[in-house]
Amino acid sequence: MFSRDKWNEIIESLTSNWFRTILTAFGVLWGIFILVILLAAGKGLENGVKQGFGGMATNSMFMWTQTVSKPYKGLPKGRRYSFKTKDVQAIKDNVPGLKYVSPRNQLGGFGGSNNVVRGLKSGAFNVYGDYPEIINQQPMDITSGRFINYNDINEKRKVAVIGEGVKTNMYDAEEAVLGSYIKVNGVNFQVIGTYKKKSTGGGNSEEDQKEIYVPFTAFSQAFNMGDLVGWMAITADDNHSITSLKSGVFDVIKKNHTIHPEDERAVGNFDLFEEYNKINGLFTALNFVAYFVGILVLLSGVIGICNIMLIVVKERTSEIGVRRALGATPWNIRGQILLESIFLTIISGMSGIILATLVLWLVNYVLASQDTSEMMFLNPSVDLVTVIIALLILVISGLLAGLIPAQNAIRIKPVDALRTE
Amino acid sequence: MIDIKDLHKSYKTGATSLHVLKGINFNVKEGELVSIMGSSGSGKSTLLNILGMLDEADAGSYHLDNVPIKNLNEKIAAQYRNKFLGFIFQSFNLINYKTALDNVAMPLYYQGVSRGERLDRSMAYLEKVGLAPWARHLPNELSGGQKQRVAIARALASDPKVLLADEPTGALDTKTSYEVMDLIQGINDEGKTILVVTHEDDIAHMTKRIVNLKDGVIIDDSFVKQVRAKDHV
Repeated sequence: MFSRDKWNEIIESLTSNWFRTILTAFGVLWGIFILVILLAAGKGLENGVKQGFGGMATNSMFMWTQTVSKPYKGLPKGRRYSFKTKDVQAIKDNVPGLKYVSPRNQLGGFGGSNNVVRGLKSGAFNVYGDYPEIINQQPMDITSGRFINYNDINEKRKVAVIGEGVKTNMYDAEEAVLGSYIKVNGVNFQVIGTYKKKSTGGGNSEEDQKEIYVPFTAFSQAFNMGDLVGWMAITADDNHSITSLKSGVFDVIKKNHTIHPEDERAVGNFDLFEEYNKINGLFTALNFVAYFVGILVLLSGVIGICNIMLIVVKERTSEIGVRRALGATPWNIRGQILLESIFLTIISGMSGIILATLVLWLVNYVLASQDTSEMMFLNPSVDLVTVIIALLILVISGLLAGLIPAQNAIRIKPVDALRTE
Repeated sequence: MIDIKDLHKSYKTGATSLHVLKGINFNVKEGELVSIMGSSGSGKSTLLNILGMLDEADAGSYHLDNVPIKNLNEKIAAQYRNKFLGFIFQSFNLINYKTALDNVAMPLYYQGVSRGERLDRSMAYLEKVGLAPWARHLPNELSGGQKQRVAIARALASDPKVLLADEPTGALDTKTSYEVMDLIQGINDEGKTILVVTHEDDIAHMTKRIVNLKDGVIIDDSFVKQVRAKDHV
């Protein structure tokens, strides 16, 4: 089937009319070009938007307490309550499928008064009491030293990991940071590491670098939090979605705090996964539109090939007659026409993919030289799977384009074909 | 070699049916050079097409080299054509984007002969018809006589049992016609069975036997004294 002679035949017949071959090929080239560019543009937009999540664990939710809205077991509505550290263990024990349950406490806040002092310098920073897992939920790059670990938690060490923004504010350029002490609300913490948060694309990227992380247990002790937990960041494992697990988490909380099981307002939450899915759904739709438009454009190219093959067959009626007189079987002829059509489709399709790749390379080249963090457009690209799908579409459409002409070619009896001059 | 009994063929054109062959009985032995003559519409081309398995008879039997030729599907017909028959056409029917050599090699290609051997054998046949120096030329760079000689080489390439020539000199001037006939006579001298359809008397007399067709029946079938084409060139 793939003998050299067969290819020679194909090349010969395709090159016998260069101009027409190229015009025909252009239809398919254009179609696949549009398809790839549309898919890549969709991907670029998707990358740009998802860059806003800053590599966060998207299968997560944040949960905080609100006022109870229903009276229950003699307790009035309008009551306030707080998460306790035992809630964390209860959630871990009762809700399977969770990856991380991180209790968090927080001091200071946006626009708050100065709470951190070091020598003559002072500043207002967010101070978080956290468990080591938080770095997996809200990724950050440790630029020096280390992050909090479980020894810190267990021994309630007063250590701190500070952001690059804190470092700039509180230290002179030449000063050693690791091992030095900063005073948070009058309590000394030793700095053991610095971090830089991944770009979040949002407007608070500067604020993100001005945070201080200390061990949760040390935080509780130093700032008299007892067993209180401010809020929680909960991540489900890869086999579960947090959206499906969160009602289980709420039930545990409601049970522990004697809240009416149907009280919808008692536990506040932000479901990152749901938000992420909404955006994902948007891009799925966008992808679908890209395929739809791309394939339709490709279809018109394929119809062009079908058309040209019909003409080729018509033109070569007598040649086909001669070939059959010389002993070509119907499948010889059919195979020839089909291979020609597939070959033409694939060659032009490949050129389209190459052209699109060149354009994408150019766009990426231009984008790379600019700051793209605020552009909502990043690294437009198509993956190998998409290219393989495109190629499959090409082969199939080439086959379809050749089918009718090939059938036409053998429908005429050899004797009639020979009579055509 | 060829054995035909009571062959009938009619064409339907709309409501009317045209009875072209009305019971042909006809035998050709190995090594014969037969011409089939007749005015246009006498059925000679139809007969040749049936002999060439390009068309099928409605009734009657046809044996080629003792093989019954009937109820062929297209695939088997193609294989038989390739194995048993060589065709020479009035309008040469060379494939115009292939070189003379590749044209000659076509039947061997469909036999599945390897490329190297195919080209060697084709070259030998081109030498035989005296066109070896033109092997790499395209058909439109050749004269009519040369084209027909390439076509003859092509017909010979698969070493068929019978050569069928449909007005082989119809598109050629007298001098070239005689050259082509000389070649055909030479091939016949080597023992090949050849059937020539023609309406030209002088060409017919260069064969050994003339079969005259009129209105779908053979009216005359006689052996003649062969005129050697070489004497007239």
